[in-house]
Amino acid sequence: MDSNIEQPEKPVISKGIDGFFKDIYNIFLFLIRIFKEAFKGPVEVREVIRQCYQVGYKSLALITMTGFITGLVFTKQSRPSLSEFGATSWLPSLISIAVIRALAPLVTALITAGKVGSGIGAELASMRVTEQIDAMEVSAINPFKFLVVTRVMATTISIPILVAYTGLVGMLGSFLDIHLNEQTSFTSFFQEAFKNIYFLDFITTGIKAVVFGFTIGVVSCYQGYNASQGTQGVGKAANTSVVVSMFLIFLEEVFIVQIANSIR
Amino acid sequence: MNEKVIDIHNLYKSFGSNHVLRGIDIDVHKGENVVVLGRSGTGKSVLIKIIAGLLQPDSGTVNVLGQEVDKLDSVALRELRLKVGFCFQHGALYDSMTVGENLAFPLKRNTPNIKHEQVKRMVSVVLEAVGLAKTIDQMPSELSGGQRKRIGIARTLILRPDIMLYDEPTAGLDPITCTEINNLINEVQRRFHTSSIIITHDLACAKQTGDKIVVMKEGKFVKQGNFEEVFSTQDDLIKEFYDYNFIQ
Ligand SMILES: Nc1ncnc2c1ncn2[C@@H]1O[C@H](COP(=O)(O)OP(=O)(O)OP(=O)(O)O)[C@@H](O)[C@H]1O
Ligand SMILES: [Mg+2]
Repeated sequence: MDSNIEQPEKPVISKGIDGFFKDIYNIFLFLIRIFKEAFKGPVEVREVIRQCYQVGYKSLALITMTGFITGLVFTKQSRPSLSEFGATSWLPSLISIAVIRALAPLVTALITAGKVGSGIGAELASMRVTEQIDAMEVSAINPFKFLVVTRVMATTISIPILVAYTGLVGMLGSFLDIHLNEQTSFTSFFQEAFKNIYFLDFITTGIKAVVFGFTIGVVSCYQGYNASQGTQGVGKAANTSVVVSMFLIFLEEVFIVQIANSIR
Repeated sequence: MNEKVIDIHNLYKSFGSNHVLRGIDIDVHKGENVVVLGRSGTGKSVLIKIIAGLLQPDSGTVNVLGQEVDKLDSVALRELRLKVGFCFQHGALYDSMTVGENLAFPLKRNTPNIKHEQVKRMVSVVLEAVGLAKTIDQMPSELSGGQRKRIGIARTLILRPDIMLYDEPTAGLDPITCTEINNLINEVQRRFHTSSIIITHDLACAKQTGDKIVVMKEGKFVKQGNFEEVFSTQDDLIKEFYDYNFIQ
């Protein structure tokens, strides 16, 4: 059944280790259920769009600012070392490699994990605690499909779009600084910038973005949907969503970069 | 009053070592209001959550409208849930939606091709029935506790259930609002021809709404009958309850 029932049993190894394995098992079941329900019956298109809008709306301002400043500051910090070799003309391609390969997906994922992940965790947890999820269930509505599947779809769709946006804004920040210092024109900046970017870079960044989006959605929905009773369950769900998402994002980053480099 | 709509036999439920229900038997006949009285933590909410299929029983039979709730697959369970309304202790209104959207939501989800005008008409009928027509555009956070419970009842009524399950409909409300809610429960019974289980620890509520009263203690029913039968006894347990309610 859907109500989370905690049954105190005798631990097999120790309480902590048992709990850890039980968590992994439960997350596995949760994942299977997401795929099963996503492909069963019609997609909740309107709700997915609404959630996508929420993801974008919540994080756009922060992402714009962070992306722009990251590009700008990164350029400023790199200039002295490059100018020692008289190689400031390499700045655009250096920055584009850094932004597109690494910074854009990572910065976007970490910010959305903080803003959106905690939001989803807290929202679903408070719906669980105030019995709104049970209320859906008893009025013959499938809360899992309506709440969880739509949110996971929304983060998986909209975070890649945000990553592309962060990349663009970061490059603009960098362009501003380079334009002011080296008087490079807009077109020659972007020509330089994309000289050393390959198709594989876009693919890897795209895959990362999708994986990060999916991770944030699944982790925060899992934490919220299975929140324990009481108001502190809400805070805990929000908090754990962020911590676990960020941890997994770093792991996935390392993993995907390893694979990409072995192909290159 | 002959057909049984709910028939529970020898029901057990525990959470780990916490044995909450220990052999419950109850029947509800068509058109009847059954009140379950009991102190906090005796498992009243667990009982009706089992009836609504939110929790699984450990053993015993739970028969609702001729079907064994715990043995239904998800499709059949959903069908049955359309006929069983559940009013939560704190209303459980969807707090991201207005009152009107709260009421329309279950209707739209369960009848995908329903016309907009029809939804509007049915929403206003149930809002009228609970006497809160003017709150239609308010958010749940702007309502009082009593209003929230009434909207919760309206949201349940909109699916036209045969059975209503009320979880502490009057808890935490002032006596006048309690009476209003009790009258509402009786009116729902008359107007929508529902059979109900009303969970409460409030004797006034039990007296005003109950055709039959059962008293629950430590996961068992210790007494049942109509109000006079249950409370004419010298049984310590019942008297304790009575005193406690009047001291309050
Ligand atoms: N999902 C659950 N998991 C574990 N234990 C539970 C769960 N639901 C209820 N319990 C336990 O069952 C017991 C009875 O709970 P229940 O909510 O039915 O009480 P109640 O009679 O409705 O009390 P109240 O009048 O306070 O609402 C409590 O001891 C509670 O801890
Ligand atoms: Mg209760």
